[in-house]
Amino acid sequence: MQAIKGWLATGGPDMNLETNYLGMKLTSPVVVSACPLSEDVGNIVQMEDAGAGAVVMFSLFEEQIVKEDANFSAVAQSTRNMFAEAADFFPGMDEFHVGPHEYLEKIRQAKERCSLPIIGSLNGITNHGWIEYASLIEQAGADALEVNIYFIPADIHSKGCDVEQRYLDIVKAIRKSIGIPVAVKLNPYFSAIGNMARSLHDAGADGLVLFNRFYQPDFDIHQLKVLPNLQFSDPHEIRLPLLWLAILHGRIPISLAATSGVNSYNEVVKYLLAGADVTMTASTLYRNGIDYIKNMNEGLHSWMRHKGFEDLKQFKGAMSHLNISDPTAYERANYIRILESKKGH
Amino acid sequence: MANNEKLVATIDGNEAAAYVAYRVNEVCAIYPITPSSTMAELADEWAAKGTRNVWGHIPDVIELQSEGGAAGTVHGALQTGSLTTTFTASQGLMLMLPNMYKIAGELTPAVFHVAARSLAAQGLSIFGDHQDVMAARTTGFAMLSSASVQEAHDFALIAQAATLRSRIPFIHFFDGFRTSHEVSKLELIPDATMRTLIPDELVFAHRKRALNPDNPFIRGTAQNPDVYFQGRETVNNFYAATPAIVHQMMQEFGKLTGRYYNLYDYIGAADATRVIIIMGSGAETAAETAKALNAAGEKTGVLQIRLYRPFEMEYFIKALPSTVETIAVLDRTKEPGASGEPLFQDVMASLVQALQTGRISKLPRLVGGRYGLSSKEFTPAMVKAVFDELKKEQPKNNFTVGINDDVSHTSLDYDPNYTLDESGWRQALFFGLGADGTVGANKNSIKIIGENTPMYGQGYFVYDSKKSGARTVSHLRFGKEPIKAPYLVTQADFIACHQFNFTEKVEMLAFAKPGAIFLLNSPFDKEEVWDQLPGNVQEVIIAKKLKVYVIDATTVARDNGMGTRINTIMQTCFFALAEVLPKDEAIEEIKHAIEKTYSKKGKAIVEKNFQAVDATLQFLFEVKIPSAVTSKTLPLQSVSSVAPPFVKDVIGKMLAGSGDELPVSAISIDGTWPSGTTQYEKRNISDQVPIWEPDLCIQCGNCAFVCPHSVIRAKFYHEDFLEKAPDGFKSAPLNARGFPETKYTLQVYAEDCTGCTLCVDVCPASDPLNRARKAINMDEKAPTLEVEKVNINYFEALPWNDRSRINFSTVHGAQFLEPLFEFSGACAGCGETPYLKMLSQLFGDRLLVANATGCSSIYGGNLPTTPWAKNKDGQGPAWSNSLFEDNAEFGLGMRVTADKQFEMAESLLRQLAPVVGEDLANSILGAPQVLESEVVAQRIRVQSLKAILADNKDPLAQELLSVSDQLVKRSVWLVGGDGWAYDIGYGGLDHVLASGRNVNILVMDTEVYSNTGGQSSKATPTAATAKFAAAGKRVGKKDLAMQAISYGNVYVARVAFGSNPQQALQAMREAAAYDGPSIILAYSHCIAHGYDLKDGLAQQHKAVHSGYWPLVRYNPMLRKKKLNPFVLDSPRPSMALKDYAYHELRYKVLLNTHPKEAEELMVLAQEFVNLRWKNYEELATKSASDFVPVA
Repeated sequence: MQAIKGWLATGGPDMNLETNYLGMKLTSPVVVSACPLSEDVGNIVQMEDAGAGAVVMFSLFEEQIVKEDANFSAVAQSTRNMFAEAADFFPGMDEFHVGPHEYLEKIRQAKERCSLPIIGSLNGITNHGWIEYASLIEQAGADALEVNIYFIPADIHSKGCDVEQRYLDIVKAIRKSIGIPVAVKLNPYFSAIGNMARSLHDAGADGLVLFNRFYQPDFDIHQLKVLPNLQFSDPHEIRLPLLWLAILHGRIPISLAATSGVNSYNEVVKYLLAGADVTMTASTLYRNGIDYIKNMNEGLHSWMRHKGFEDLKQFKGAMSHLNISDPTAYERANYIRILESKKGH
Repeated sequence: MANNEKLVATIDGNEAAAYVAYRVNEVCAIYPITPSSTMAELADEWAAKGTRNVWGHIPDVIELQSEGGAAGTVHGALQTGSLTTTFTASQGLMLMLPNMYKIAGELTPAVFHVAARSLAAQGLSIFGDHQDVMAARTTGFAMLSSASVQEAHDFALIAQAATLRSRIPFIHFFDGFRTSHEVSKLELIPDATMRTLIPDELVFAHRKRALNPDNPFIRGTAQNPDVYFQGRETVNNFYAATPAIVHQMMQEFGKLTGRYYNLYDYIGAADATRVIIIMGSGAETAAETAKALNAAGEKTGVLQIRLYRPFEMEYFIKALPSTVETIAVLDRTKEPGASGEPLFQDVMASLVQALQTGRISKLPRLVGGRYGLSSKEFTPAMVKAVFDELKKEQPKNNFTVGINDDVSHTSLDYDPNYTLDESGWRQALFFGLGADGTVGANKNSIKIIGENTPMYGQGYFVYDSKKSGARTVSHLRFGKEPIKAPYLVTQADFIACHQFNFTEKVEMLAFAKPGAIFLLNSPFDKEEVWDQLPGNVQEVIIAKKLKVYVIDATTVARDNGMGTRINTIMQTCFFALAEVLPKDEAIEEIKHAIEKTYSKKGKAIVEKNFQAVDATLQFLFEVKIPSAVTSKTLPLQSVSSVAPPFVKDVIGKMLAGSGDELPVSAISIDGTWPSGTTQYEKRNISDQVPIWEPDLCIQCGNCAFVCPHSVIRAKFYHEDFLEKAPDGFKSAPLNARGFPETKYTLQVYAEDCTGCTLCVDVCPASDPLNRARKAINMDEKAPTLEVEKVNINYFEALPWNDRSRINFSTVHGAQFLEPLFEFSGACAGCGETPYLKMLSQLFGDRLLVANATGCSSIYGGNLPTTPWAKNKDGQGPAWSNSLFEDNAEFGLGMRVTADKQFEMAESLLRQLAPVVGEDLANSILGAPQVLESEVVAQRIRVQSLKAILADNKDPLAQELLSVSDQLVKRSVWLVGGDGWAYDIGYGGLDHVLASGRNVNILVMDTEVYSNTGGQSSKATPTAATAKFAAAGKRVGKKDLAMQAISYGNVYVARVAFGSNPQQALQAMREAAAYDGPSIILAYSHCIAHGYDLKDGLAQQHKAVHSGYWPLVRYNPMLRKKKLNPFVLDSPRPSMALKDYAYHELRYKVLLNTHPKEAEELMVLAQEFVNLRWKNYEELATKSASDFVPVA
């Protein structure tokens, strides 16, 4: 299966959207982020056809696997030899695989049917789980692994340094156990993100994904219930990742991926200018359909043509902290300037 | 499965027979029926896995809608040249009879494998005897009887080899349960041996005889008086040749395998004077007993019948020792009114013929007897009693053995203490629960020993009659020689009690040998446990010098990540203590077995089990036995002290496990059994029960509505009743307008609760300050039990609310109706029983129930105790089960009687109006009986009428009295599962719907044959797996609702009480009110769906909201009023089908094992759902004239 069909025909052979992420050559910087769309391998094929540079598979949640295993094993076992008339109920249980079998099977299928890079996404809870599942994802054929460390230090006795250490330990353990590139999806709530990024690199991370949108619950004030609703991301959410990408670009030899708020080619361009190697999107595909990737590539393509760029390298990181003519734009001084500018309004 | 390398396997009789049957056939046409289902299931499973027969083909295994259908398909496949088989039992074989005459009449080779089972007569029984095969003995099939698991394997081949040579079809049968379910070590027949015994020419010849358009002829003609008779006689030579063919096959088989059999095998003294003639598993017991008696100087023998049809006099006489003076023929069947049972008659006829032809010089004295009906134990003691009887001058004829017949005095006395020398065996008994894995672990232990050592193992498993909290007893034997003992263990070297509370409920140690080991799973440690044992248990331990060991397996399991599964731990203890194998070797083998079982389940699970095995030995302790008893003796579980005499004397004994001791006189003559006996059996199977919080409760009635066991009940009453209420009796002001000074109580019948938690799940009210605390919550039962017992007594004494004052149309109102279906043995969280309870609440006092065989007939009518109850006035549902296939017609018969007698009563009342009073007569005749208040009023009027008639000797008055009850209109309900309604009983159901009569059909749709282990029905949905649809159901579920709607005059509803209880209630009331046929399709969550049933209501909700189970009502009355009769009660689908389906193992297993196919099928299934929804929506917006008009 060959990727990048339709849009390239309109763009011409001279325009190059290639980028490098985690040591892999991608045909486009538009990457699908971890979301349930990739649960259907048919969708992954469609993503490739629409011109996605890579797909990050939906996340494998360790606790979900453990819980499901426990549930189904208990059900299958407790219904065996219950009555004289029924020794069991479920044919095929001998073949039933416990563990992340279905997830791995999806990776295998995706690799079989597509040629774009497939990045596994793992959300673990135990050290054992991180290592075991990371290895299994590698064995299933994933080109890289995105480690989604979803940890909310709700215990108010947890110290910041302990939380940081936990991240680093996980990355080290995974790095030791697998050979494919590892990206870490970070949250923005570290005291010193720059330093954390460096430490993660030192621990063995090949890339960083900025940022994880933590689940931020809402309340139902009538039922007095916590509402577990997840909202699609909006373009205004690119600000925080944009800032940190711009700061980190060129400072650490690590791949950078931008996620949150990528709704059109606009955000793709902005993130690239800040220094991202790839931009990840999901919400817009839910809103506009998978084929919208074509529009994003076409938009990027036409912006480049308009600006006279032929290659991403020509403008990637052009507006980063490192490259911009006035680096204070990203610092405290800029904040003061903004506040000042508000006066008088 | 078998170990092919060694050609040794440890399997049960069903697998032993199916193993061969599958390999020597090309087509298997199947239908599930206990105890034969496993054969069909295995064939299906093997085909799904691609296992090939001896010719290298994968047999085509096809499930039919009934055994009648299976027999038809067998017939068709045979006629077109396939080697074809089927597996069945009992009523299934009865349904095959018509085709069997055809198959035999056409000289068609085939073998039917039958796990022989009782027939439903005064009661149904799933257990083993020869009534079914004996009813088939006139069909022209040859009949070959296996007596053991090894023979079931061997004779499957011998029968196949013989049928192809003789062209006579065979029934190959073995005893249901005793052989079909006994796990035993056996030697497997290599495929090459099968090929040798079935040369290709025989197969080609079979094909050559087949129907073939290239060489056309017709078969199956209609023949007339001129030639039919002659035609019937054409086959004689084939039958005459068959015994010699079978004999020849047995000898050839012997040469190939070393296992020799004869048509009639004699075992015993060559000069025996007393001989028992018997077939089936009992022959082993008889033969072993004869050996023991002969060793003690007696001259006895046993003639084992293997080929029963054709019955061959020559071979038979040759096998019988010439010294025989007295013969007892034992039949495992009953033919009421005959001069003797079938085998007896055959033996008698053969002996007389032999005498007449000079083959023998003297006719031995011959008596016949019956034994072992419905798997009644048949022991060496009983065999000895028969031999002893034969010593008498005038031995009893037509005797029974194994029961106490104090009515017609047929039974022989026997000494139950007589046993054979059992010193060559290690014997073990395990007492567990159906759900705790005990049986599975024991099956595994036998396999470990059988397949890894030269020893032989035997396992047999006994279950009680309940589906929730069922007790199991595993009987295991191990020995150096093959074990020929098809009877239960009574002298155990090892007894394990897997549930500590059994020490108070179950007699276990009576079966312990002196010095035996008693292993207890106990929450009490080695120091405490002694004082926790009842005095009678302590007494036996001391007297028999038992060694007692204790382990807290529950804690070890929990601490090692095994949850509540104690099986591996208890199995480890058994191997560590029982000395069947050296301990270390045994532990290694357990681990090996764990690895084998769980290799696909991941390293973590294997490790977890290893860890549990290792931990076990650290926590297994011997208990020091004091010299004296320290506890009081407790009576074994029985019935409540307020129970009526029959319940105490008869049911009580059955509950205590002493039902075998009941004499014939204790049992009703015609199968009649009292209603409402579950109330006297307090099972106490759940440690956690719901606790009501009156201050939080909004009195919605949801909990009472969904409770599957009628454990939660509500009443309202004047507050004065509280004055005498016991302390701790809970109440709250009634939350309803117009009821001042009225209190409300929700009573939980704690001892009857199964702990399913549906009540808590459905409760909408919770504490605003602690959302986790609802108005009803699960909590430990023990601390509140005694208080609750007193509360229940008081609650029972409160009057039930006046039915005419209750608003039935709401779930809130329905909670105040007395349930007359209570405390059934259904599974905890059952999705069917809430519907039956609702039925009993709404119409119980005038309800007639015809119940199709299946889960609902088992939890509804399986002894000892049954749940259909009666109210304080003695009225309640009259319930009966006829068969599986005929339930609609059976119920229609009830309707016809009700209508006819109603009409007769009306006519007589008109005639007698001047006598009984015109006013009374007119008010009865004119009563509308639609509203509950009208029914209540009619009942009072009919009572007055009966009082008047009782004293009137006029024959007309007496005639009216005999039918006057019918003047209160009866509500006739035909209930059953989808196996009945969609498959086996569908033809009848369709006819009954088309009859236009006022019957109500309730289909509790679990989408599989739940009672027999989850086989696919036509209600099984696309993409789900089930037995016989292991690769996922590809065909859509039948839309029975639309089929019924097509008649126009049928009231149809599809309901799901867990999603919309109000709609379910409304449908049930509308169905009853409609004067014509009604059908309600009721979504019933089930353990066969594969999830914890505590989520049953949520899953019902998903079923509806995914559009999978759209709620509809089609009311012909609306059509009559020129309104759209099709009402769609559920909202547009708001979730994908897969989000509903993949919560269930039946769907999930396919996704897990065959993801690609699963995804394809799920897409298909979603399309079905979408299309049906679209069609339904269209129907819901049409006008009346778009629907079939109603007459």
